[in-house]
Amino acid sequence: MSLSKDQVQHIAMLARLRIGDDETADVVDKLSRIVEFVDQLQAAPTEGVLPMAHPLNQVQRLRADGVSERVERDLYQQNASAVEDGYYLVPKVIE
Amino acid sequence: MSMAAGELHALTLAELARGLEAGDYTSRELTEALLERVSAVGERLNAFITLTADEALAAADRADRHRAEGKSGPLTGLPIVHKDIFCTRGVRTTCGSRMLDNFVPPYDATVVERLAGAGAVSLGKTNMDEFAMGSSNETSYYGPVRNPWDLARSPGGSSGGSAAAVAARLVPAATGTDTGGSIRQPAALTGTVGLKPTYGRVSRHGMVAFASSLDQAGVITRSAEDAALLLGAMAGFDERDSTSVEEPVPDYRASLDEPLSGLRVGIVRQHFDAGLDEETGRRVREAIAVLEAQGASVREVDLPNLDLSVPTYYVVAPAECSSNMSRFDGVRFGHRAADADELLELYCNSRGEGFGAEVKRRILTGTYVLSAGYYDAYYLKAQKVRQLIADDFRKAFAEVDLIAGPTAPTPAFALGDKTDDPITMYLNDIYTIGANLAGLPGISVPCGLADGLPVGLHLVGAPFAEARLLNCAHRYQADTDWHRQAPEGWE
Repeated sequence: MSLSKDQVQHIAMLARLRIGDDETADVVDKLSRIVEFVDQLQAAPTEGVLPMAHPLNQVQRLRADGVSERVERDLYQQNASAVEDGYYLVPKVIE
Repeated sequence: MSMAAGELHALTLAELARGLEAGDYTSRELTEALLERVSAVGERLNAFITLTADEALAAADRADRHRAEGKSGPLTGLPIVHKDIFCTRGVRTTCGSRMLDNFVPPYDATVVERLAGAGAVSLGKTNMDEFAMGSSNETSYYGPVRNPWDLARSPGGSSGGSAAAVAARLVPAATGTDTGGSIRQPAALTGTVGLKPTYGRVSRHGMVAFASSLDQAGVITRSAEDAALLLGAMAGFDERDSTSVEEPVPDYRASLDEPLSGLRVGIVRQHFDAGLDEETGRRVREAIAVLEAQGASVREVDLPNLDLSVPTYYVVAPAECSSNMSRFDGVRFGHRAADADELLELYCNSRGEGFGAEVKRRILTGTYVLSAGYYDAYYLKAQKVRQLIADDFRKAFAEVDLIAGPTAPTPAFALGDKTDDPITMYLNDIYTIGANLAGLPGISVPCGLADGLPVGLHLVGAPFAEARLLNCAHRYQADTDWHRQAPEGWE
């Protein structure tokens, strides 16, 4: 199945990913080929088969709801490009 | 030191451990010798993203002190390198991406912590496909790694830097990660041993996530014995990884020498079909004959849904990738676009600039298969087919102890050869992907040359059959010397 340019732009917006004008044609072409390739799954007979949840059929482990980590905010924020007074800075969200 | 420093690079971890213990050389001398080799000849391969010479020498000195104090363990003073997907406290961890070019983790991955705790000395971080998404190392922001067997060829991927470094005798062992074949395929293409353990056997904590239900950490070495040595130190329960399994870790070295008599080896007819390079197929058949000569019995088993494994993977892996990659927002860490006037623009531009083409394709594919109206048709369908594939393996392992076949359909291909068509690239992993989908352990073992390039024998076992795989690989290596052959010029 071939994807349209509009479809790809819509998916890119859902993924919060800017696709430059120079990239669009290549992305549309390759994404269409990938979707066409995985479309062969449709022919597989899967009636009554339960979707896999975990390869070894394990269930999610639980732990006691206690404090286990120390917060090292200053250390963590060294990886951020814009911080002030311990806060992360982003463009204005609320007018 | 009694042995010339020039020869140390050719030795395995097990051999080096004996030399250190005997006092033939110190860890500092060994570390200095390898760092010197890396800077003298290693650059041609582009195998490293970050070298940590100072940290390595400090760790080597600590190891030597521990040994002098009688506090040494099996890995004390032994040099390794980490794939740059493992977080290292205070040492930048790029994951081969512009997105993380400046990222310095505030903590160590469990794998890094355990190997350091066992005394291993890390020389640095190896190059890889961006976020482990690739089979040729060509998607790295830092440029492709070159295969020491032929510099015009790819070492495979995504753990290509680790594989190339071990093959070129820059370092005896490296960590890697394997989501669809990313340890085993590069091991095959570089003539090294690559072990992907059972899903959950080794902690994923601090390993940058790609597809969380498939990702597993493992090792690339030159001998099965070394892989056993490292796995023993890495494996085991970790409460910081919610999918880590609470199974005891056996002594993988204790069973290495067990005879193969009575071992039931399965071969899959489709593995030897038209898609397989002829010469590669011959080498693999010869290797299986070596196992037979040691007493293993060989019979055919059927994996009827094998052909669906690659399309299944390319729904499940991108879906999980798109979800995992949403953490990169340009705000808390990672690349941040300049001049964004509003938040949405900041997200879109940071991600658009920070990610390379293959990562974008996978995020988009994953977003598409998870989007409203397509979820049932793609994601849910793929998870059902995945169950069928896992069932095929379960049935096969009722009849045999392990499955043997080729690791990759061809030897190393030329850089640039497969970059135009993603599907051609994806099909590199046709023999390895099944083990990830079913959560099974697999190992690639060097088994000869095709047109002068290495070929890998692929062994897959039932869950937690690592000891059996290592035993079989070790016995194979006792009767062959392919793992001792270095690429020309790198002896």
